[in-house]
Amino acid sequence: MTTAAIRVEGLGKRFRLGERERYVALRDVLARAVKAPFRRRANGNGHALGASHIWALRGVSFDVKEGDTIGIVGRNGAGKSTLLKILAGITLPTEGSAEVRGRVGSLLEVGTGFHPELTGRENIYFSGSILGMKRREIDRKFDEIVAFSGVETFLDTPLKHYSSGMQLRLAFSVAAHLEPEVLLVDEVLAVGDLEFQKKCLGKMEEVTRGGRTVLFVSHNMGAIRRICTRGVWLDRGEVRMTGTAAECVDAYAASVEALETGNGVFDLGLRTDRTGDGRVRMRQLRVMGSAGSPSGTFEFCEPLRFEFDLEAHEVVRACFLGLMINAADGAELVSSCHTDSAEVRELKPGERRSLICDFDQNVLRPGTYSIQASVLDVATWEFCDWFHSIGIFSIDPGTGRFGRVPDGRPGYVQPLLRWHWK
Amino acid sequence: MMGTETNPVGEAIAVGARTEAAAAMHTAEHAVPVKRIVPPGRWFSWNLKELADYRELLYFLVWREIKVRYKQTLIGAGWAILQPVATMAVFSLFFGRLAKIPSGGLPYPLFFYLALLPWTYFAGALTGATNSVVENQRVITKVYFPRVLLPLSSVISGLVDFAIAFVLLIGMAVYYRVTPGPWLALLPVFLLLAVLTAFGAGLWLAGLNALYRDVRYVVPFLVQFWLFASPVAYPSSLVPARWRALYGLNPMAGVIDGFRWAVTGENPPSAGLLAVSAAAVVVMLAAGLWFFRRMEATVADVV
Repeated sequence: MTTAAIRVEGLGKRFRLGERERYVALRDVLARAVKAPFRRRANGNGHALGASHIWALRGVSFDVKEGDTIGIVGRNGAGKSTLLKILAGITLPTEGSAEVRGRVGSLLEVGTGFHPELTGRENIYFSGSILGMKRREIDRKFDEIVAFSGVETFLDTPLKHYSSGMQLRLAFSVAAHLEPEVLLVDEVLAVGDLEFQKKCLGKMEEVTRGGRTVLFVSHNMGAIRRICTRGVWLDRGEVRMTGTAAECVDAYAASVEALETGNGVFDLGLRTDRTGDGRVRMRQLRVMGSAGSPSGTFEFCEPLRFEFDLEAHEVVRACFLGLMINAADGAELVSSCHTDSAEVRELKPGERRSLICDFDQNVLRPGTYSIQASVLDVATWEFCDWFHSIGIFSIDPGTGRFGRVPDGRPGYVQPLLRWHWK
Repeated sequence: MMGTETNPVGEAIAVGARTEAAAAMHTAEHAVPVKRIVPPGRWFSWNLKELADYRELLYFLVWREIKVRYKQTLIGAGWAILQPVATMAVFSLFFGRLAKIPSGGLPYPLFFYLALLPWTYFAGALTGATNSVVENQRVITKVYFPRVLLPLSSVISGLVDFAIAFVLLIGMAVYYRVTPGPWLALLPVFLLLAVLTAFGAGLWLAGLNALYRDVRYVVPFLVQFWLFASPVAYPSSLVPARWRALYGLNPMAGVIDGFRWAVTGENPPSAGLLAVSAAAVVVMLAAGLWFFRRMEATVADVV
């Protein structure tokens, strides 16, 4: 007998656009109040009164049964984080209501409550407490938490002396040992190195199998498919669809595919949706086809060339680039390390180099694909630059110019395999 | 429930296992708390049960504040004594020796220290409470707990410094051969008055500071002004009798007069002043709680 663990009815959250300012001074508020009557007249042209409001969520309703794992997908700004914040009790809605049965644990970031001056041990206690664990619980799980994080030897050193990787592992370890009835997770899998991400994913799966109700927000469609049973697709603050996780992911992915593919030139210099320490950065990526010029669309079987322009800002002893091509639903189809056929290179500060990848055996079936790339310094295995999604390109069926025309068979790739009778 | 999947048997087993686990969890626990989330209304009630549930977090907040304050400091807890002692020395020289303000028969150092002890606590607690919400902005926007614990923890952690500085008071009382009478038992009452004043005013300032960032620049001036509006550097007997009740609107007046009287037994404060002080605290606290609760609803959006 499963009861609704979470019931959301007509939830809405409105923000005043001015509220998003980081700092509001009392004198500004007073000045604004004085100017207000004059401003309304000036804004008469096309601005409705109340244009300074934005509904981050509107009319959101859905039920979550106990033990379900719900994946919440949607574009940036769709209201996913706002929804979690309201369910966690961090902010109140403007309209509607929600009912949550059970203790709520919120994993909205990694390292909640961590203080650099406190030691690892002290931080475990404080962070655990603020996340909702009782002291007895923390005592009981202390050894497990330390073991999972791997920071035994540094337990009594102040956190500020930890490397960022260690801090991350410790923070996630504390959070992973929360045992609330309802767990809200927001994109915590987007940080850390690959090993850490794998560990997080594994722990998440363990948690969901324990009968807990989990709401999981992520852009990682593969993780959502793996962990979640049901899904909710939020689009611009409204529920576009609810269903199984696979259905929602597919529908969302299809909507993204409908977007323009672009022209094959990706200027990365000013983009901020990257992680890494920045010692070497990707400045531009050009995706080219047989014509030798950048394009956003290619034909089936057309050889592709990826050109990465790199710029080093500090010394990089062993520069390494990893390229990944994902399908529209997030499946990781192709991953290639540049060291498969070239050597690592040392880069001096200010040095600019281009790294070129020829994808001759292009067997990707028609569809939209996104490019993921990361640059590492493998002398220390640290991430220098990492884009989860640089951009997309698409493959058209084409006219058979490159040897074959695709048909309606299923699958992501269509390699030409050698068959023979015996 | 699962829809058409490729492995119906495997899925059924998995669902069964999950439901069983959930049921097992249920029987193992006490009542499952149900939280109802609705838009903020006009009047706010305080969920006392919830505050009781979070008492451990209050302990950890106070513990953290004290730990962080004294980590990597040279003289550690010595700072708790240094400030009131240094001020006492300066006041004794300028207001005592030179300006010769009437101290009601008490030696100047004792006279000033008796006032500086609760005053230093109050000033520190008030400043700490004001910044408490903003300083913890990261935590407030990521996890839920009753926000009132933040100014409360500042107000409580100040008591540790107070306790350290109090030890010196005992030494001074012995040195000056002060024999306290039965009124000494009232000392905790006056301390409580100071705590509640700091908390009430702190709630206002914490909330205002979260909304309008320039408030924290006003606080040092406020504290300075409050210092001179309180009988720290002078006795309240200096205030003409007809204004004394009004003077009592400053709760710290009642606190400081009370401290001096409780320890030395001399110069009992006027009943009128004490009554007004107590009433002022109650009003300030009630208004502060109302304001803070109202602001708490949306603080995560603006902090």
